[in-house]
Amino acid sequence: MQRFTQLFLEVDRTTRTSEKTAALRRYFEDAQPRDAAWALAVLTGQKLIRRVSYKRLRQWAGEVTGFDDWLLSECHSSVGDLSETLALILPPADAPGPSGEPLHRVVEERILPLPLMTETQQRDAIRKAWKTFDGHERFLFHKLISGNFRFGAARKVVINALAAAADIDPAVMQHRLAGTYTPSVENFEALLRGGDDVEDPARPYPFFLAHQLDDDPADVLGDVADWRVEWKWDGIRAQLIRRAGQTLLWSRGDELITDAFPELRAVGDRLPDGTVIDGEVLAWDGDKPLLFGQLQKRLNRKRVELMLFMDVPVVFMAYDLLEHAGDDQRAHSTDQRRETLEQVLIEDEALRLSQLVEAESWEQLADLREESRAHGVEGFMLKRADAPYGTGRTGKGLWWKWKVDPYTVDCVMIYAQRGTGRRSTLYTDYTFAVWNGKQRGEGELVPVTKAYSGLTDEEFAKVDKFIRDHSVGKKGSFRQVKPELVFEIAFEGINESERHKSGVALRFPRVSRWRTDKQPEEADTLVDLKRLLAKRV
Amino acid sequence: MGRNLVEPTDRGLYCAAGDFFIDPWRPVDRAVVTHAHSDHATWGCDRYLCSEPGVEVLRQRVQNDADIQGVAYGELLDLNGVKVSLHPAGHLLGSAQVRVEHAGRVEVISGDYKVQPDGTCDAFEPVKCHRFITESTFGLPIYRWRDDAEVTADINAWWRDNQEAGRTSVVFAYALGKAQRILHSVDASLGPVVVHGSVQRFNDVYRAAGVALPDTTTSTEESRKTCKGVGLVVTPPSTLGTPWLRKFAPYSTAFASGWMAIRGNRRRRGVDRGFVVSDHADWPGLLQTIADTGCESVGVTHGYTQALVRYLRQQGMDADIVPTRYEGESDTEQTGETTDESG
Repeated sequence: MQRFTQLFLEVDRTTRTSEKTAALRRYFEDAQPRDAAWALAVLTGQKLIRRVSYKRLRQWAGEVTGFDDWLLSECHSSVGDLSETLALILPPADAPGPSGEPLHRVVEERILPLPLMTETQQRDAIRKAWKTFDGHERFLFHKLISGNFRFGAARKVVINALAAAADIDPAVMQHRLAGTYTPSVENFEALLRGGDDVEDPARPYPFFLAHQLDDDPADVLGDVADWRVEWKWDGIRAQLIRRAGQTLLWSRGDELITDAFPELRAVGDRLPDGTVIDGEVLAWDGDKPLLFGQLQKRLNRKRVELMLFMDVPVVFMAYDLLEHAGDDQRAHSTDQRRETLEQVLIEDEALRLSQLVEAESWEQLADLREESRAHGVEGFMLKRADAPYGTGRTGKGLWWKWKVDPYTVDCVMIYAQRGTGRRSTLYTDYTFAVWNGKQRGEGELVPVTKAYSGLTDEEFAKVDKFIRDHSVGKKGSFRQVKPELVFEIAFEGINESERHKSGVALRFPRVSRWRTDKQPEEADTLVDLKRLLAKRV
Repeated sequence: MGRNLVEPTDRGLYCAAGDFFIDPWRPVDRAVVTHAHSDHATWGCDRYLCSEPGVEVLRQRVQNDADIQGVAYGELLDLNGVKVSLHPAGHLLGSAQVRVEHAGRVEVISGDYKVQPDGTCDAFEPVKCHRFITESTFGLPIYRWRDDAEVTADINAWWRDNQEAGRTSVVFAYALGKAQRILHSVDASLGPVVVHGSVQRFNDVYRAAGVALPDTTTSTEESRKTCKGVGLVVTPPSTLGTPWLRKFAPYSTAFASGWMAIRGNRRRRGVDRGFVVSDHADWPGLLQTIADTGCESVGVTHGYTQALVRYLRQQGMDADIVPTRYEGESDTEQTGETTDESG
């Protein structure tokens, strides 16, 4: 536990990826394989057990400390994290300093048996742990039984560090870790064995990424005939790979997501060997994509339940071909690659071709772009007809994303709530309102949306101070605030909603700026918002 | 409530019988000042009264020609028939609790206080009273300070690690109090120490008062040259991201504050390390002190007032909130005017 705790602190104390990687590498090199096998499972996001209920933990902590629930809540709300809160308020352990218990014993003897115990047994086990672990170890013990431990290093960083410790190519390590890793000394040592799994058929190509176009294309991109235009899909960018009799789906985050999308694996299985297609995974309904959130439901679970499989149908929207008959196609032009892509594609309801949008002029395209929202897309992708497929963000000027502007509305802040995690001591989650009268400043302010992101730390601090100084009431974690500050809220769409008092719900709302130049009477009205609702196709 | 000697007003705590204010936030005729942090010591009062060791500290904070009277800790004064004395609060050099006695009733106003002694100021002494007005900056049970020696060892170890990595060690600490406490406790034999001008000003006052501090220089081309990669820089948090600080790059940053007990606070600050060094009482310290005063009523101000009042009432104590202009419960006083607000 001590070495693992040290690793956690080293990773937690730096924001530099190179230092996190170095700390992880040292850990994998030093730690006992029995311990490291478990650490790797935790670091790559595996849950050790179904979590011990927060309610029980709080109750037992209350018994041990003698603190009432309201005081525990007050503490929890200040800290923003229950594992940490409990670690801080519980009485010191029997002996100060590290427990000296190795991680594998903590996991195997204290944690894994928890779900099999009765409530009383669980309580005794947890109370015993509280007497053994203190400080950071106690905090980590809570994290390990919480089921949502997010270590401060991305999976990719962990894999790179492990690859460095084993002295092999990170892509090979990624492949070795693809699928299910079952923590055991044998499996861990197998991962670390040297050698290159040569000619790795699993390896994706680096993705080519577009730059954001902020200018008028007519001014900067020349003749429209030199460009191929597609809708810009809002899904998961992915490569569908069919090689060596195996289908793999890699996301842009270099994660293997094949298991989450069995219908796309089935598509891949029908493709000829030696094919790699670049495209977008989309939740799809009839003729247009569903919201990204629908897709996330699928990603978040390891085994796709049949219901969800049917509720959220998924397609692969193909738009580029990177490998054909085992040959790298990337040096060919956009037009050539598309021509081959069209030949390669097979009939399948889960496979679609991202159609080209034809236009005579940039003006005509600009008009068409206004329809983006009706199509459920974010705007256009512009690809130079003669461009090769590049790497990452190199090759600026070849691929552009030309997105539609978000909607905006000026709202008044009326409630505030503390943030979580990094921002748990600040009021950073706000509820915003618009006027329900005919004119601005008339009627009442009715809440329309909550939003949090979009302000700088400095602005957050100022707004936070305002909230503390202008609080007119408090209910639970909410503070009612004097309606004085005006913010511009950007959002991507609007829906009718019975759940909201205002009758509307905004999609992807976020604070785009603080309108210090506006008085609350100048905020927008519900009528303004409902007008957008009418415009929606 | 009329029976209390000291009551809140819109200018601060006021003792009507003696006609004086304690830590007013607007200019008044007569101000008794517990300590020289800017949220307790306001500029422009006609007459100030503070502890003897606090006079020169306060002078840095108020108008140049201010009329400041210093009294020794424990010495009894008579202000319009009210007996007033000051007692060490352990918060910073010259910090005091104010004891007020009139017609057989004793009230003590704590100001900000810290229970553990630290060597840069007189150690806190609990004072028996009928009513105790206590601060509550860290008035939740999540705040329990570790032993100072352990934290100091951590800071020294971090400094040494940085030296090995060729980085300057930058500690953000409030210019008055915290900075001197860090300087007093670190192992200055490790390397050169550079401080921000606002820190140096108070270092001089502390040295003049006989507090042992290592040699410190402000940032000059020469001092930067010797400091870079090996030295320690002690500077207020407002210098984060400024050109002044960037000249010491590459560096590792740390923030020294009680708020660092919470992981999220450290991460939000964007510093590499958080050292839990506070000049305030922690939860056990607050409760112990309240018990030690033997008081029958507690006024709670400046911090987690609601939570502490509710808790004390549950323990059967008579407790109430004493409002202040400054909402505590915050670690956001980090910029501009309130740079040296302590934490």
